Amino acid sequence: MKMLYRYLPLVLLAVFWEMAARLELVSSSALPPLSDVIVSWIDLIKTGELTGNTGASLYRAAMGLLLAIVIGTVLGIGMAWSKPVNVLLSPIVEIFYPLPKSALIPVTVIWLGFGNGSKILLIFLGCMIPVTIGAFNGARSSEQTLVWSARSMGANRLRMLWDVVLPSALPELLNGIRTALALSFILLVSSELIVAREGLGYLIGFLGANGSYDAMYAVVLTVAFLGFAADRGYQMLMNRMLQWREQTP
Amino acid sequence: MSTEPQIAIDKVAHVYRPPRGRPVLALDDISLQVQPREFLALLGPSGCGKSTLLYLIGGFLPIEKGTISVNGEPVKAPGPDRGIVFQHFALFPWKTVRDNILYGLERQGMPPAERKQRAQHFIDLVGLSGFEDSYPSQLSGGMKQRTALARTLAFDPSILLMDEPFGALDAQTRHLMQTELLRIWQGSPKTVIFVTHDVQEAVYLADRVAVMTARPGRIKTVVDTRFDKNDPGIFKAKAFVDKVDELWNLVRDEAIKAERRAP
Repeated sequence: MKMLYRYLPLVLLAVFWEMAARLELVSSSALPPLSDVIVSWIDLIKTGELTGNTGASLYRAAMGLLLAIVIGTVLGIGMAWSKPVNVLLSPIVEIFYPLPKSALIPVTVIWLGFGNGSKILLIFLGCMIPVTIGAFNGARSSEQTLVWSARSMGANRLRMLWDVVLPSALPELLNGIRTALALSFILLVSSELIVAREGLGYLIGFLGANGSYDAMYAVVLTVAFLGFAADRGYQMLMNRMLQWREQTP
Repeated sequence: MSTEPQIAIDKVAHVYRPPRGRPVLALDDISLQVQPREFLALLGPSGCGKSTLLYLIGGFLPIEKGTISVNGEPVKAPGPDRGIVFQHFALFPWKTVRDNILYGLERQGMPPAERKQRAQHFIDLVGLSGFEDSYPSQLSGGMKQRTALARTLAFDPSILLMDEPFGALDAQTRHLMQTELLRIWQGSPKTVIFVTHDVQEAVYLADRVAVMTARPGRIKTVVDTRFDKNDPGIFKAKAFVDKVDELWNLVRDEAIKAERRAP
């Protein structure tokens, strides 16, 4: 019941969409009725077009994101805990931060071609920045006395980074990863729209160019839903991992 | 009582260098010896460098001038022979009470079964039975400090460094914790260095009290404060009250000096 109430605006939007298209308030090529879109969606599932391209896209996003999380975390913690690493990397991060990462799409294609490699590289490069910044800010805020406590209990420096600095950085790091997750979808779809032979972005471009607008909308809605589901799932994971925080007795 | 001192501090000085601003001489010409199983309090006004001295003994800060040796070996780094308890507990907030206490035992490479048993023993000793699976954020200040004490006692350091451990607690809890610490210490005496600015606490807990001057911190004098700590009327006993008075007079001048300098 509460769930229904919460998503009521979405239901209203769907009804409004259907009516606007049926009453031809907008041209049906610009906005096909939602019911037609749903029918196309089922067709796309049946032919396997949607599942195959979704699989290809999710693989790219997952690989790029995974690389970004692992390497971004190591770099961020390195920057917080080692002066030389900081001196070396912080100007690079600062220059790279405001750059619209979609500008790198042609570059990654020149380097790695039309396939998975260029998409994974682009997502990795784009998503690494928020992860690095999150890890850096989090690691910098780790309390001196916690570090000292671990050291006095026999943890060496590397152990201390793993046992104290990483968990201390976790709240900020997980927030950075959440930003990266959203960014990965943006970069995925835009790179696939421009140069690709498979994937959800490619499918949107292909269907749009052929005038199959209801099918195109079906893929757009699928991307929107995947992005939403990924974020929700991630938030649940994040709350589990941070359940030790801010609990009242 | 001419045993070898367990901790020997010889002409130690320390300069504090803030990220911005001029370096400050925090400690100067500190020499002090602590015997095995002795309870020594470091008493002084805030900002006199008593915590800094404790961190130097702990090996957390580099010793730039003078020497500190523990069990005959010069201090170079932190080690499990010197356990520390901080004013703000320094518990790992992502670990439960039990896991906090287990941590030091894991680092010492103790076998899992033995670890578990030992952790439970210290949980019981400090009166935290029933709270094993609570996170620090769910505990009161007193319970957090009991956890921190158990965590440090569990890996059995021969020296206990305590940095104003009860300073963040309310008056009643503080008194309870003082009595509790004495009980535990009398049960298995360790060498304790206890930093405080509370005169009565120092006299009640310690065998000797080292009074420090306002910055730069120096040892002004060392006073013997052995009493029958188990006497329930100790706080009203004349000898105790006189000792607190004597020490308070020593500290007061320094506190006034420190107060005048404070920005």
